[in-house]
Amino acid sequence: MYIEVRQAPFDPWQTLSEYQKDQFAGEGEYGATAIFVGTMRDVNEGDRVRSMTLEHYSGMTEAYLEKISQEAAQRWPILDSLVVHRVGDLAPSDPIVLVAVWSAHRAAAFDACRFLIEELKSQAPFWKKETLKSGTARWVEKNT
Amino acid sequence: MKVRVRFFASLRELLGCSETSLDVPAGVTVGDIWSQATNGMAVSDNALAAINMEYASFDRQIVDGDEVAFFPPVSGG
Repeated sequence: MYIEVRQAPFDPWQTLSEYQKDQFAGEGEYGATAIFVGTMRDVNEGDRVRSMTLEHYSGMTEAYLEKISQEAAQRWPILDSLVVHRVGDLAPSDPIVLVAVWSAHRAAAFDACRFLIEELKSQAPFWKKETLKSGTARWVEKNT
Repeated sequence: MKVRVRFFASLRELLGCSETSLDVPAGVTVGDIWSQATNGMAVSDNALAAINMEYASFDRQIVDGDEVAFFPPVSGG
């Protein structure tokens, strides 16, 4: 189980392959890997977006991600999970979040991966402030 | 008792304050802390609160040394 809130940009595919090589807990036993990658869009609520700043409540965020990861491991027979989330300044197409879940069979991996990203989006204390092409800055109120 | 109060995101900007420390009597609730820290501002419908980094309702009582945080709806992922 791995959780990281990071300031620096990351490549989700590199993060995944490095994790699987170095720290992965399900070697040999896993038959399914479900992956979700969330990426910054350049349009939100009909406006062109130039950039975004992600803020978080350091400490509470990590504790919450840890809590839902443990909950996922209790609810489904998963072998390992990984959640990496960006904070700081982002540009369109930058990866925001990576969730990966490994299990013997696909159902648990899909369900636990979906659970983790939905819980993260609805409860983890992150906030997006976007700057539009027009120069206006606004907090994102609706998390779709 | 001493309480650490923190504000995040749009609430931090609105109040112009990210963190403050309050001296409060025993038995106060999260809602009381809000009133004192914001000089009586009405609680916005969607404001959320946490005690010691766990979600808490506004009627929860706090104890000495607690960290109370207020923030708008989250928007990560």
